Amino acid sequence: MNRIDKLFEEKRKTGGKTLVGFLTAGDPNPEKSIDNLKALITGCVDIIELGMPFSDPMADGPVIQQASIRALNSGTNADKVFELAAKIREKSQIPIVLFSYYNPIFTYGKEKFIQKAVESGADGLLVVDLPFEEMGELEPELTKAGLHLIKLIAPTTGTERMIEILKDARGFVYFVSMTGVTGSGGIDITSIKESVRKIKEITTVPVCVGFGVSTPDQAASLRNAADGIIVGSAFVKIIEAAGADEDVSGKITGFAKKLKKALAAG
Amino acid sequence: MTNSLTEKKNNLPDKNGHFGMFGGRYVAETLMPALLELEKAYYENIGDSSFRTELNMLLADYTGRPTPLYYAQNLSIQAGGAKIYLKREDLTHTGAHKINNTLGQVLLAKRMGKRKVIAETGAGQHGVATATAAALFGMECKVFMGVEDIERQAPNVHRMKLLGAEVVPVSTGTGTLKDAMNEALRYWVSVVRDTFYVIGSVAGPHPYPVMVRDFQRIIGDEAKSQIMRIEGRLPDMLVACVGGGSNAMGLFYPFLDDAGVAIVGVEAAGEGIETGNHAATLTAGTPGVLHGSKSYLLQDEYGQVKNAFSISAGLDYPGVGPEHSWLKTTGRVRYESVTDAEAVDAFMLLSRKEGIIPALESSHAVARAIKEARNMGKNHIIIVSLSGRGDKDLASVENYLRSKEQK
Repeated sequence: MNRIDKLFEEKRKTGGKTLVGFLTAGDPNPEKSIDNLKALITGCVDIIELGMPFSDPMADGPVIQQASIRALNSGTNADKVFELAAKIREKSQIPIVLFSYYNPIFTYGKEKFIQKAVESGADGLLVVDLPFEEMGELEPELTKAGLHLIKLIAPTTGTERMIEILKDARGFVYFVSMTGVTGSGGIDITSIKESVRKIKEITTVPVCVGFGVSTPDQAASLRNAADGIIVGSAFVKIIEAAGADEDVSGKITGFAKKLKKALAAG
Repeated sequence: MTNSLTEKKNNLPDKNGHFGMFGGRYVAETLMPALLELEKAYYENIGDSSFRTELNMLLADYTGRPTPLYYAQNLSIQAGGAKIYLKREDLTHTGAHKINNTLGQVLLAKRMGKRKVIAETGAGQHGVATATAAALFGMECKVFMGVEDIERQAPNVHRMKLLGAEVVPVSTGTGTLKDAMNEALRYWVSVVRDTFYVIGSVAGPHPYPVMVRDFQRIIGDEAKSQIMRIEGRLPDMLVACVGGGSNAMGLFYPFLDDAGVAIVGVEAAGEGIETGNHAATLTAGTPGVLHGSKSYLLQDEYGQVKNAFSISAGLDYPGVGPEHSWLKTTGRVRYESVTDAEAVDAFMLLSRKEGIIPALESSHAVARAIKEARNMGKNHIIIVSLSGRGDKDLASVENYLRSKEQK
């Protein structure tokens, strides 16, 4: 059984909420990056979303853009990302979702990419610029390899389109909390709740909310709306604020614990 | 005017915007509904005679179309071979072919009920053309432009501001066209519900490549009827510069089925292909996905996009329109490249021999046309797309010549 499915099955039994923690792989460099990822696990994050750095991250705000630049400048590439995933997998059974733009997958060679993803212990793949219309060139092979292609639903997605996209939902559904790039502020809890309710009418696959979620308060207010939250830019900011030599693993663990506490209370 | 907008020269793209393996829509889900809405509105409007009538009137009375097809006799003698004709897009209102497309898109935006438009720009010609159309239709306009380009194309920045547009400086990456497009796409995601994105080239996600081609094909449609009138036959060759490739697609498209017409696209070789400092995507790139479509790209083996390099801001782009990638694959179009030095020579030559100062982008096409003409007989005919005028480039050329002297 896919580790993502196993996780959500357990959550369903216990009623617990899921925290997905995102970091760009190789940020600020491959050595520090593994410590930061382990810090997420120590902080009791439920799923790791591991970002493939890309030269032109058009869906990302300035925080994750800078993370990509730091990672690329320190020599991170797809092979290094797979090494990082494998290092996590050596120590932990936490579900790993790789996040990428399509070009690093396409140019690396999708067969080779999928094979390496499986070997490194990844459980899912989220491709931010591969909408429903183009998924056919990746999803069948990915599914055959046992990996989930995570589907995204945006605030602009209409009901009919939602039904089409969610027909083949796997793992969890990623609901994009606002129209904007990652790390933008100003999410509207009421409209998120409404959208998640709509998604849940269509699919039984768990729904997690991300893109603009950054504080324990927001986590608490989304607790009853969705099955989980995805936090990225807020973790990356901790790395950004520190010097390249500074150890921020304690801070990352601490922040993850705060988010988990906010998700659990009530 | 023969421009029908709807008469097809091939059956591409398919319904999802693919030209063979190229094209498509590789964007975040947030933008997909807007692209589907745009596609629907586009096909409805170009099928509507009142839209076409309004656009044709603007192209004639506001833009000054048809532009002349001029026999450049002095240049032809200098080249010493084929007769070279220049399709004078530099004579349009705003001084480049870009206006053909922005009038079409902004008119479409108006009909879709949008009140705000945004655009990316490299050389600033598309930015100026968008700002112009926005002023004409009373729309709010924001233009994203790299800081490097703001510096080297300062006159166009002033023009955009005069026209009432806000110029948003983009300092990420190399501060050129690629980065401006990234930033425009990021901004569009946040305002997609009420804002129309006017893309300036035959690039980006479907339906932009087909829509921009259709709005630019008037270049080729006019050239075809003009050469038939002047020479009584089709040309032997077409030559146009290719950055994203909109003026080239516009000239080439109506001739694609005319097997006797050789077609040459000219990319920017910058300091030379072998130096790595160039923008010759089709010559030296590999297939990939950038800015919403699959096409040739300058990138490394891990799919990280490389920086392009050219003296010409309008060609300084590591991608290219998907239909060009397709035409390269089928072999219908031959793609060549011209260095900064050759382009500047052509810039000077055309200025001195014909009294026409071409844009640096168009100078690449002129340089290649001279080379091609030399190997052709005097009874052969070449049509070159003179896509824009060179006033904006005077400082760039002066700097280039000065730095060459110092070396």
